[in-house]
Amino acid sequence: MTNSVLYSVLLLSSLGGIAAIILYVVSKKFYVYENPLIGEVEDILPSANCGGCGSPGCKAFAEKLVNYEDISSLFCPVGGNEAMKLISVALGKEVAEKDPTVAVVRCQGSCDVRPKTTEYQGPKSCAISAMIYSGETDCQFGCLGDGDCVSVCKFDAMFMDESTGLPIIITDKCTSCGACVDACPRNIIEMRPRHKKDLKIFVGCLNEDKGGIAKKACEVACIGCSKCEDICPKGAVTMADNLAYIDPVTCTLCRKCVDVCPTHSIIETNFPPRKVKKVETEVKANIESVKLNADA
Amino acid sequence: MLKTFPKGGIHPPENKITSTKSIKRMPTPKVVYVPISQHIGIPAEITVNVKDKVEIGQVIAKSSGFVSSNIHSPVSGTVTKLDKIIDTSGYKKQCIVIRTDIKDESNFEDIEYPLKKDISLEPKDILQKINESGIVGLGGATFPSHVKLSIKEGAKLDCLIINGVECEPYLTADHRLMLEKAEEIIVGIKILMFALHIDKAIIGIENNKKDAIEVFKNLIINEKSIKVAALKVKYPQGGEKQLVRAILNREVPKNGLPLDVGVIVHNVGTIFAIYQAIQHNKPLTERVVTVTGKKLENASNYWVKIGTPIKDLVDEVGGLPEGTRKIVNGGPMMGKAIKNMDVPVTKGTSGILVIHEDEASRGEQKNCIRCGECVDVCPMGLEPHLLMNLTEKGKYDDASNEDIMTCIECGSCSFVCPSHRPLLDYIRFGKHIVKKLNTAKN
Repeated sequence: MTNSVLYSVLLLSSLGGIAAIILYVVSKKFYVYENPLIGEVEDILPSANCGGCGSPGCKAFAEKLVNYEDISSLFCPVGGNEAMKLISVALGKEVAEKDPTVAVVRCQGSCDVRPKTTEYQGPKSCAISAMIYSGETDCQFGCLGDGDCVSVCKFDAMFMDESTGLPIIITDKCTSCGACVDACPRNIIEMRPRHKKDLKIFVGCLNEDKGGIAKKACEVACIGCSKCEDICPKGAVTMADNLAYIDPVTCTLCRKCVDVCPTHSIIETNFPPRKVKKVETEVKANIESVKLNADA
Repeated sequence: MLKTFPKGGIHPPENKITSTKSIKRMPTPKVVYVPISQHIGIPAEITVNVKDKVEIGQVIAKSSGFVSSNIHSPVSGTVTKLDKIIDTSGYKKQCIVIRTDIKDESNFEDIEYPLKKDISLEPKDILQKINESGIVGLGGATFPSHVKLSIKEGAKLDCLIINGVECEPYLTADHRLMLEKAEEIIVGIKILMFALHIDKAIIGIENNKKDAIEVFKNLIINEKSIKVAALKVKYPQGGEKQLVRAILNREVPKNGLPLDVGVIVHNVGTIFAIYQAIQHNKPLTERVVTVTGKKLENASNYWVKIGTPIKDLVDEVGGLPEGTRKIVNGGPMMGKAIKNMDVPVTKGTSGILVIHEDEASRGEQKNCIRCGECVDVCPMGLEPHLLMNLTEKGKYDDASNEDIMTCIECGSCSFVCPSHRPLLDYIRFGKHIVKKLNTAKN
């Protein structure tokens, strides 16, 4: 009885010992050296695996950061400057510093202002419908509304507004990874600097047609009248192909261009209501009430 | 047993409503819109300016490369604009707008050229002339003809196949042309045979055009080198590779051309255009267009000047019937719906099909039930369901390995799919991306 117990204990422990030796030898022989810095850097990165940096994932990007000597051209848009600073400390290399950006949709062609002239019955994909033709409306530059950008967003920062048929970006969630910019066949989505309080001014149109044609296709199209270019005190507005473009760096958010745009194609967001206008409306209201009183 | 290709194929309802209607002449439009990109390859370069006076047949845009083609003015008149208008691609493209000179009678004459049989040009000059005359494949692909005909020395070439199949439902343009211009087409074939030093030509015609087969058989009684092959009715027999396989039993290699098996294929329309260019010095400025549709009052075939807005064609046949949903440039299988009625007729417009709303809608897309119908009918032996899935998932490398690029876009798979899956839409998109990736690689 004692013998059989002894045998089994001996057999199992010797088996265990042999297995341990094999494992030890194998792990020594096939050991792959990995720079511990890679793991360290990977921990700093946001682990979103979004591909916004140009690498297939955070691990691959970390390898690049560690292995390349000059990493000034590499940047993680999701982690932003904070993450890059930590990486700089960890690796002792200089990193690029970029202002935070946010995606904006440069099209306001909702169903009300941009009537549909044809009907598309193909697969629900902007890329396919863009390959087939210029879209359901007469504007061949605007949003196609099939939501390719929404489907590629990994951060749930976009959704399609069903009433307008246009994508909407939730600024707080946007990490500016750039997936939507690449997905849009019309290049409607642009990365623009993230200002304080999320203030934004940009031309919400990409229509390069001449004024009349553009306006016919969409009520809020840029007609290339150059009024914004003339009024801009900083020269931030440039005109090309019947289309205005506001340079985000030179723009000081003075809102003068917004006021002069005859088609309201320049979008301003999150600004406080205008004081001047308020006074005007108040005065108007007063005058009207006075009139009403007089009539009575 | 009639010849046909072995793999796949379908037999959609023929609906050749206009097959008995002789080709009429469409009145010359007041304004023509001539796109500069009417062929596969590089767009032509505009050689005229606004306010220039142009004559019929004058070059208004010059070929700008080897795979490119001249474009000639279809009318005599004045260039009023160089504008961008929506063409058959669905996008705004550069085009030349010419206002027809009403006083110039040459715009409205219907010249019937006498049959001219003697060939006076040398082979080299013939090819040169074809290049200058802006002739492109009129079957629908609009590949510049001179490229097809410039054969490298040493290439083995023994047979010319004339494509009179017209397997697309509804279209009858080639059919009518074969009936009405048979003798000219025979001369055209001889011109090409002479220019290419070939001594064998076969005209392939599907058996639903028995009258055309009869006409040609009577004409070639004394010709030893030209033959007529009656083919079983099956779509897409008009595809080059299918036609070569059907007539000569030769398999064109994948990613290859018929030339690789010693064959050149030309459409009957192209042959007639070549005849006119060589014998009558007439560049390609008009073509036969079938204007058809079940609800149209006077569906018929027309000689149409390139650049005529499709609106004019529809007005000519009695206007749009009520409940029209789609207007297709080309046939129902491979044609493409146009965006508006101002789209002009180009060299590749073989038909205008007006579809009523009863037949225009696509069925609701459902899940693939793995029935394998699409695999059965694919004339290229591909697996359309797989190609669609791979494209949908963005696996373009795998799609490329599954030979997505050999797809001839005949649409048989989408036609038979019981789940109404948009197979061809996805495959086209996949091809588009694979092509882009390949050019990026090189």
